[in-house]
Formats: sequence, structure tokens, C-alpha cells
Amino acid sequence: MQLAFCHTFFKLLNHQIQRLWRLKYPLLGPEVSTSFYGNMADVGKTPVARNEKTNSEFGYVGIDAILEQMRRKAMKQGFEFNIMVVGQSGLGKSTLMNTLFKSKVSRRSLMTSEEERIPKTIEIKSISHDIEEKGVRMKLTVIDTPGFGDQINNENCWQPIMKFINVQYEQYLQEEINIERKKRIPDSRVHCCIYFIPPTGHCLRPIDIEFMRHLSKVVNIVPVIAKADTLTLEERDFFKQKIREDLRANEIDIYPQKEFDEDAEDRIINEKIREMIPFAVVGSDQEYQVNGKRLLGRKTRWGTVEVENTAHCEFAYLRDLLIRTHMQNIKDITSSIHYEMYRVRRLNENNTQPNGQQAIHANGVPEHEVLSHEM
Amino acid sequence: MVWLQSSQWEGARAVPLSGHVGFDSMPDQLVNKSVNHGFCFNILCVGETGLGKSTLMDTLFNTKFEGEPTQHNQPGVQLKSNTYELQESNVRLKLTVVNTVGFGDQINKEDSYKSIVEFIDTQFEAYLQEELKIKRTLHSYHDTRIHACLYFIAPTGHSLKSLDLVTMKKLDSKVNIIPIVAKSDAISKSELAKFKIKITSELVSNGVQIYQFPTDDETVAEINSTMNGHLPFAVVGSTEEVKIGNKMVRARQYPWGTVQVENENHCDFVKLREMLIRVNMEDLREQTHTRHYELYRRCKLEEMGFKDTDPDSKPFSLQETYEAKRNEFMGELQKKEEEMRQMFVQRVKEKEAELKEAEKELHEKFDRLKKLHQDEKKKLEDKKKSLDDELNSFKQKKTAAELLQAQTQQAGSSSTLKKDKERKK
Repeated sequence: MQLAFCHTFFKLLNHQIQRLWRLKYPLLGPEVSTSFYGNMADVGKTPVARNEKTNSEFGYVGIDAILEQMRRKAMKQGFEFNIMVVGQSGLGKSTLMNTLFKSKVSRRSLMTSEEERIPKTIEIKSISHDIEEKGVRMKLTVIDTPGFGDQINNENCWQPIMKFINVQYEQYLQEEINIERKKRIPDSRVHCCIYFIPPTGHCLRPIDIEFMRHLSKVVNIVPVIAKADTLTLEERDFFKQKIREDLRANEIDIYPQKEFDEDAEDRIINEKIREMIPFAVVGSDQEYQVNGKRLLGRKTRWGTVEVENTAHCEFAYLRDLLIRTHMQNIKDITSSIHYEMYRVRRLNENNTQPNGQQAIHANGVPEHEVLSHEM
Repeated sequence: MVWLQSSQWEGARAVPLSGHVGFDSMPDQLVNKSVNHGFCFNILCVGETGLGKSTLMDTLFNTKFEGEPTQHNQPGVQLKSNTYELQESNVRLKLTVVNTVGFGDQINKEDSYKSIVEFIDTQFEAYLQEELKIKRTLHSYHDTRIHACLYFIAPTGHSLKSLDLVTMKKLDSKVNIIPIVAKSDAISKSELAKFKIKITSELVSNGVQIYQFPTDDETVAEINSTMNGHLPFAVVGSTEEVKIGNKMVRARQYPWGTVQVENENHCDFVKLREMLIRVNMEDLREQTHTRHYELYRRCKLEEMGFKDTDPDSKPFSLQETYEAKRNEFMGELQKKEEEMRQMFVQRVKEKEAELKEAEKELHEKFDRLKKLHQDEKKKLEDKKKSLDDELNSFKQKKTAAELLQAQTQQAGSSSTLKKDKERKK
């Protein structure tokens, strides 16, 4: 078939070109390196790479104007970010979300007091907000999971959450394989999942390990120690060490994952982050007067815990990681790794199972088990 | 820039922020990622041989790309593509320049556009294949789809050639076409204005959709709409430098004067560079991906038999269609297999029958030969017997003859003795 021929031909070409790009072209200074990959009809010709040090200095071409063009396009389109919070009730999840995004984005803020009860099963509630800062618009979706870890029997508590995440991947996949598809596929995939660890000070509990073990395979997990103002600094360091050991022992890969470090620079930055994980955070949406300044904090009789003071807690590091430096990276890993893995699994599923057999979802949950969840 | 509070996304409510969160760095994060990755841009130059396509590319990108001018005796239109890696400050650009070799040189030009359309389609196909793969690497895929097509119009001063019209009509739904008047130093200013008007009216009356610079973004709307009015750009390309005043500028020197490439009064080169590279490169790439590629993809998938909705307009998933097609295909395969098996069995039978025939024949032959042999043997035996008989009878006769001779000799000798005795008496 002609398709197959073209496919293999370009595979060959691609392979050749990729081989060439591995020859490191020096990137400093004006330089032109050429590679001739020939005519469409010449399949057998091998490409020739030459480094030509030509003088491109007699005039400015303007290629770097593309950065400005990209920026303009990004500002116009806006960004989307979906963040999920998981943890037992009472750990300060909603407060932390409000603190992170400096506005009332949590579910609590929208609820009336009658709804304040612990649900009997895990519910998944997602709320979207449109926020804007200095011309940059973002659609922020906060996905809350009330009821997680609150039952007496918490077996398989991770299942409804896993199912929700996979449903988002499925939606995206369906839209992507449509014949007539939208210009911009709406991205509802969960980019980041913040897992709240209660500040016991000892080590991870079985429910924590189970949850993180299952979910780290499908989503970027960022564990945080909640309500860290109940731990002293020594207790905090000890707790963190134990947690890191537990994570290593159970082979749980949390964000930033070691294997996705792109180059040495990335690795250095990410190692620093990995040494600090899990972040010990304190959340607050109330301001107090400290040293003449109004700061976010928690006021107690023995002092005020300043949320954004890095000597007090690590909220600032978490915020910088999630929003100011690694947000794009988090989205990239979700779309190019987690989503691709889901896609591969899903497409292979269809190949090996003929019609009639009951399909098992990629999350291991049989199709007929439908757990209730609200969106 | 103040944005209205109404949300541009459905289902999201606008929420005011009470402090600095920090996601305004997102465009920077995005740009940084792209810078690390590098950009790619692919230009296709379509035009007759000798219109200065290669020179214009050299002039646009300020480098000397390799290659000698092509001959005029090509049998058909071929496309030669070259990839270069350029860098300016921290931006790396993978530029691919595709040239049409031999365009307009043949006597019969009916099929000239075909190889160009095929080339563009092949690039789309490659991307589609990569997108449909199960294990794919889209983010590191080297995009070879043509982002811009510079169509070089010969500076006749009259109107578009029919070859140009036909080619552009075939290409306008597949690629962003930017028509330019090549070697425009051959036309005078007044002729050029008339030429441009003629060209644009011909394009419009023939329904050719050339690329319009986008006017929806406020920052560039004004300059883009002005430039839209200057299409097609009249360009002059040159890589030679000439001293004008106390500067070295790129120009073409004639006995009657010097045409400066970067002088806006002399030609539209600066406008072309501005539009193509400095203002709309990203938009060209986006249009290629969201309009031309999507159209190709849609047509291709529909051709292969995939649909989005069945007659009851219930959404069909690609998986289901794929399953159905796959089953159909497997069924066909099985049928073919059966057929082949039948044919094979039949052939075997035939061969067997043939072999049996042959065997039978052999047997018969063998029998016949055997019989012949036996006959011969018998004959020989008979002969032998008869000879033996003869020999025997001969021997008998011989012995009988000898006996007789012996007897007669005896009788003779006895008779001679008798005779002697008688004499003596």
C-alpha cells in the first residue's frame, strides 16, 4: 500500500535526520549547518552534514521575533490548569487552595453551611475559575475529593479518583480522534494532584502508601505535610526523612520524576526540589499585622505563623514550584507522558479484545462497577 | 491591558485575586520551553527556473545556502528540499527550503502541479501517520509540513500565466500561498502598480485564496492589514554588496543605477521579510496545523471510511469504526486464505493426477520393454537352440562321416591286402 511505503520511507528519513542532529552542532554565534536529505525520489541517498561557518552578520534577520509572536498567541489564548487535592477532611485542603491562588477558589467557599457533612462515599467535585493577572488569563479548575480516607473501611479508596482521572484522559482522547475536531481541545486532564499527609510525625500510613503507589503512575503527585505548624523543625526534618525513605522503599515516583529530567541543568534544579519534598505547609487566608506589614498568617497565643516566610513553613517553595517555575513542565509531563501512556494502553486494549468481551478499563476497574461521583 | 470580567471559557466563573499569585510567568515558561526545543519552519518556493528563488532565500536569511543553478532541461517537476539550522541570539531555527526544479520548463505543463501537490500531501501524511501511531513521539517529531509557499510570478507586466493560475488554484487549500513578483527590477513603478492590480483581480475572479495576514490581534492588526493591500510583494534578491555612501548594502548594480534590496522605495523586500519572519511566522505555522492539516486529515480519514456519526447521528467512536474495519479486514483475509487454500488443494490434486498418469505410463512402458526383451530373448534362445541342433547334427554327421571314412579305409586297406595276396599267389 502506498501509505505503508510512505510511512516506512519517512521513518527511514526521520531516523537519518535524528542521527544527524545527534552530531552536536555548536550553537554559539551566527552559524549555518546544512544537511541535505535529498529528493523525494532518492530513497537510497545518504544525507551529508556539513558545518558551514558562514558570516550571517551582515544584517539582522529577525528570527528571534518568533518568541514575541508566541508570547502574543499565548496571552490571547490563555492557559488551563487543573489541580486536584486529596486528603482526609480537616487537613486544610480548601484553605491551602485559597492561599495558593489568593482567592476563594475552593469548594468550601461556594457551599452553604447545610452541606457541611462528611459524605458516605468519596465524591469528586470540580469547580472552574477564570483568573487573570497582568494580562495573562487562566482557567483554573480545582478538583476536590471529599470523603477520601474518612470511612471506617477505606479499601480501594483510590479507585474512584483513578477512575475520574482516566475519564478525563478518555474525554481528551475521544476528542482527539474525532474526524472533525475542535481547534483547541478543551483540556480537563488532571495536571497535578496534591496529596495531604497528616502531621503525625512518624511515617507514612498504609492508606498514604497505597494511594500514592497507585496514582503516581497516572498523574503527577506532589505530597505535602499539612498543618505543619504542629511540628517543630527537628520533628519536621525527621518526618520528611521517614517519608522519603518510605517513598523510596515502595518505589513511588513523585513529581519531579527523576527519569524525566531533560538535561544537567534540569537535574540540578530538580534535585534541590526532591531534597525538600514533601513540603511542610501552612495555609491561611487571613491577614495579620506583623512588624508593620500585613501578612497572611495564623495567629496563636504564642506567636504568628507567617505563611509566606520560608523560615516558618515551606508554602512559598510549594507555590513557586507549582505556579511560578514548573507549571508548564507539569502540564507537559501530563500531556506527553501520562496521557500518552494511557493512550497506548487504551489503543492496545482495543486490539487484543474483540467485540463482545467485556472491556476492563485501563485503571483495572471492571466496566460494570460504577461508583457514584458528581462533577 | 484590561480584560473584561466575562469569562472566555464556559463553565468558569471570574474570580478576583487579592494578591500576586505568580502565574503571569506562564508565557515565559512556555517560551523558555520552546526555546530549548527549537523551532522549525518550512518554506516552499514555487516558480519557473531562473526567477531568482534561491537568491531570494539567501537574501532573506542572510546566508549563502549551497547549490548551483539548475538546468532547464528537466523532464518533469521535481522537488529538492534542504534543511539548515540557523541561530540568532538564543533562538534555534530548523529551516527547510523546498525548491521546485524544472517548473515551467516542459513543453507540456499539464502535470506540473501534480508533483508539488503530491509533495505537500506526503508531508501531511507523514505527520498523520505519526499522530495515529500507538507509541508516538509528537513533541520531538521533526515537522516537515510546508508552512508557507512563496509563489514566484514572472515579471511580464501583463497578467498571470495560465500555469500560475492553475497551480495556485490547486495549492490554495493545501498551503498558505504568498504570491510575489520576482525580479521586479525589470518593471517600472507605474507598470508594477498596474501589474499588481491585474494580478489581484485575476486571483479574486478565479477564486484563488491566498494567505491573508491576520488582523484579529490588535498589536499587529494595523500593520497586517496595510500589508495585505501591498500583496503581491515585488521583490529583488541579491547577495552582493555595493558601497552606497559610506555603507555596504546589498544591491544589484546596473550601468544606469543601483537597485538597493533593503530600500523600501526600490522594492518590497523589507515588507516580505517583515511579514514572513518577524510578524507572522507563528501564525503561518498555526494556520498550517489548524486549517490545512485538519482539512487533509478529515478528507483522508473519511476516504479510509471512518465517520464521526452513523446514519442515526449517534456518535461513532473511532475505535468502533476501527474495530468494524478490522473485523471486515480480518474477514476478507480469512476469505482470501480459504480461497488460496482451495486453490492449493486443487493444484495438489491436479498434480497428483498428472503424476499418476505419468506413473501409469511409465509402468506401461516398462511392461512393453520387458515384453520386448522377453521376445528377443526367446528368439535368441530359439536361434541358439537351432544352432545347437545344427551343431549337434553336424557333429553327428561328422562322426558318422569319420566312421565311414575309417571303415572305408579299413575296407580299402583290407582290400588292398587282399589284392596283394592274390598277386603273390
